[in-house]
Amino acid sequence: MGNDTIQPVDSRGKRQIYIGHSVLQFLKENMGILIGLALLCLILAIKSPVFLSRANIFNVLRQVATNLYIACAMTMIIILGGIDLSVGSIIALSGVVTGGLIAFDGASLAAAVTSGLVVGTAVGAFNGFVISTTTIPPFIVTLATMNIARGAAYVYTGGQPIRVMSDSFNFIGAGYVGDIPMPIIYLLFIVLISFFILSQSKLGRHIYAVGGNSQAARFSGIKIKRVIFFTYLFSGLMSSIAGIVLASRMFSGQPTAGQGAEMDAIAAVVLGGTSMSGGSGKIGGTIIGALVIGMLSNGLNLMGINSFWQYVVKGVVILIAVYVDYFKKNVTT
Amino acid sequence: MKHIRKQFPEVLALKDISIAVMAGEVHALLGENGAGKSTLIKVLGGIYSMDGGEIFIEGSKTDIHTVHDAQANGINVIHQELVLVPKMTVAENIFLGREPVRHGTVDRIRMNADAKTLLDSFDLDIDPDINLGELTIAQQQMVEITKALSFNSRILVMDEPTSSLSEKEVNFLFDTIRKLKKRGVGIIYISHRMSELFEISDRVTVMRDGEYIGTVITQEATPERLITMMVGRKLTSYYTRTYSRLSEKILEVKHLSDGKLLNDVSFDLYKGEILGFAGLVGAGRSEVMKCIFGLAPFTEGHIIIEGKQVRIQNASEAMAHGLALVPESRKKEALFPVQSVKFNISIRILSRFIKGIFVNDRREEAITNNYIRQLSIKTPSSEQTIGNLSGGNQQKVVIGRWLATTPKILILDEPTRGVDVGAKAEIYAIMNKLAAQGMAIIMISSELPEVINMSDRVVVMCNGSVTGCLPKEELNQEKIMHLATLHGMPVQS
Repeated sequence: MGNDTIQPVDSRGKRQIYIGHSVLQFLKENMGILIGLALLCLILAIKSPVFLSRANIFNVLRQVATNLYIACAMTMIIILGGIDLSVGSIIALSGVVTGGLIAFDGASLAAAVTSGLVVGTAVGAFNGFVISTTTIPPFIVTLATMNIARGAAYVYTGGQPIRVMSDSFNFIGAGYVGDIPMPIIYLLFIVLISFFILSQSKLGRHIYAVGGNSQAARFSGIKIKRVIFFTYLFSGLMSSIAGIVLASRMFSGQPTAGQGAEMDAIAAVVLGGTSMSGGSGKIGGTIIGALVIGMLSNGLNLMGINSFWQYVVKGVVILIAVYVDYFKKNVTT
Repeated sequence: MKHIRKQFPEVLALKDISIAVMAGEVHALLGENGAGKSTLIKVLGGIYSMDGGEIFIEGSKTDIHTVHDAQANGINVIHQELVLVPKMTVAENIFLGREPVRHGTVDRIRMNADAKTLLDSFDLDIDPDINLGELTIAQQQMVEITKALSFNSRILVMDEPTSSLSEKEVNFLFDTIRKLKKRGVGIIYISHRMSELFEISDRVTVMRDGEYIGTVITQEATPERLITMMVGRKLTSYYTRTYSRLSEKILEVKHLSDGKLLNDVSFDLYKGEILGFAGLVGAGRSEVMKCIFGLAPFTEGHIIIEGKQVRIQNASEAMAHGLALVPESRKKEALFPVQSVKFNISIRILSRFIKGIFVNDRREEAITNNYIRQLSIKTPSSEQTIGNLSGGNQQKVVIGRWLATTPKILILDEPTRGVDVGAKAEIYAIMNKLAAQGMAIIMISSELPEVINMSDRVVVMCNGSVTGCLPKEELNQEKIMHLATLHGMPVQS
């Protein structure tokens, strides 16, 4: 302590190159899974000539896209120290509501899509409201809404898929702009928005703070309830976008859609290095995690491996990847 | 223990340490955080294996590789953090892992009777059949000691046993230690509280940076000499204080009650002063601060800041009124442990460098580095994970977080708890500077020497009421303790 007073700073600080720094940081943090991803690409490219074709790459990305919409929101929720099991059911509910309004009620496309988004977002908001105002664990709350939303989808449809013969509706999920499939365009926006929320905004810092130590967050004057409410609402919105895109691609709203979607999203988040205990994690990691899962399914398909075995392979990969990550962290600290 | 050496991947944690503990002796181990005390204890307790050296117990060379080896040789360690199971009964905790068995099932009757006998031998009035979680921290600590001694300990290690105890409970612990001495148990005692060492220990061994510095007979030592040995340099002064209280009143608390503990609490705070808050644990000092800060509700009373009555509902409103609170429990209430030093400092002032989605990294870095420098926070960089810093540096980060909000009133709740001597002196110097700059500081502390040497005035609380307010000239331990244990009528300050 050289000087005699303690003063807040006014200087602007020295210039530092941050972009290069954060790219390096990203490579360093995700080294293990990036090497895995590269190896996977290499093996698949050698084994199957189709793998690197443009059609197949877009195919993989389109499959990855809907999982990633949800996984981006799930990343925030897991950083927050929570979990959202209701995302798969929201996919079904928003899909059947949108489809039903078009097919049964002859609603306009805009009205139907808006309604689908509102319904799904409302489920997310309900999750957020209950979790932020009560002490019921998120696992239980979203387990309940998972059943409620799934049940509502069955009740609304009577258990039958709703066929929607509308080109404009089909365009949402199966259309192209130039060469690029629509779901990938949405994906770009969602990834960018999520990245900015988490790493560039005050809200993002608050999410890390609440997940890292909610008591300390309260003592620091962070509005915890608001942060929790927003995050679950965002998850509901992302799930309903996924639901509408899927329904559009299948020409139908199906009450069975999105089963197991929560597990795929959680797997992508965890593969991406986000800690289940909250407080740390990044969108970049989740993107890689989702790509690994997507490419694995695609590659196993191309190699003609029985789809039942694919589950086994996925499970083993998740276990190994997370163990390696865990091991690495324990060695460095 | 002779010539003990312990090598970690990156550092040599213990360099040729030798220490001898006599039967019936309390041997204090003193050193700053990171000096190697805990490592040495872990080697003795069988948690770490040593890379060189020998351990002799009652003259014969003994190999200790596991916790079991240590216990078999009569060595027991009471760790700083309690390692008991709150949802099990006292007896179950004492006999955990070695329950008396009859016909293949646990013999609860015998277990409770044995536990009772053990507890009685220390005059502890604790029912062995109630859940541990229902006991006070001090009682739990006694259970832990009882458990350690039930192994027929010849050597007992206590790592900061008093850090969560009140004055009264400490006295009780010391009585227990004296009983153990009479039984011929050798005790290794680790503490940061200088006054305790002088009260309870026979000899003190000082360590610094993994090296043995020296052993002195406690009665022949002075605190100054021990501190010099610990930090390796002469601290010009331990308590820094230039009194410069201004006459301007900044905070008035009038007749504050919360319907539970607090009853008619009133006091004033002036610019440039350090107002000490003394009292036993549970006297309601932290609760008063939480009421002021909007973290707890109160039923009656007024809070007046700079002449205006305020009604604060949450911590961010408190901040807007120029208040800052460094809470009692760093780990539970202040730190974001997996985040960086930078994140932890800047979390309250995000609006200064984040506009929408545009983060001014340079500005954030500048603000952070400013506090790292001015508070001399020892960290490799601002990106360091805060969980890896020592307690003293973590505390300085939390202080920095609140100073960044440019408060007018700084409330420090036990600012030096779990902080080593060198960092304590630095925190005192920081407090002194802030007060000299005109900041009004409230310091809650259970360490009487700290309260007496740092405060302009001291408010003493007991059972939720203010029992006195003493000016600097009248401060002494007896007077404060008298007021702190006065369960009578509140006295007007």
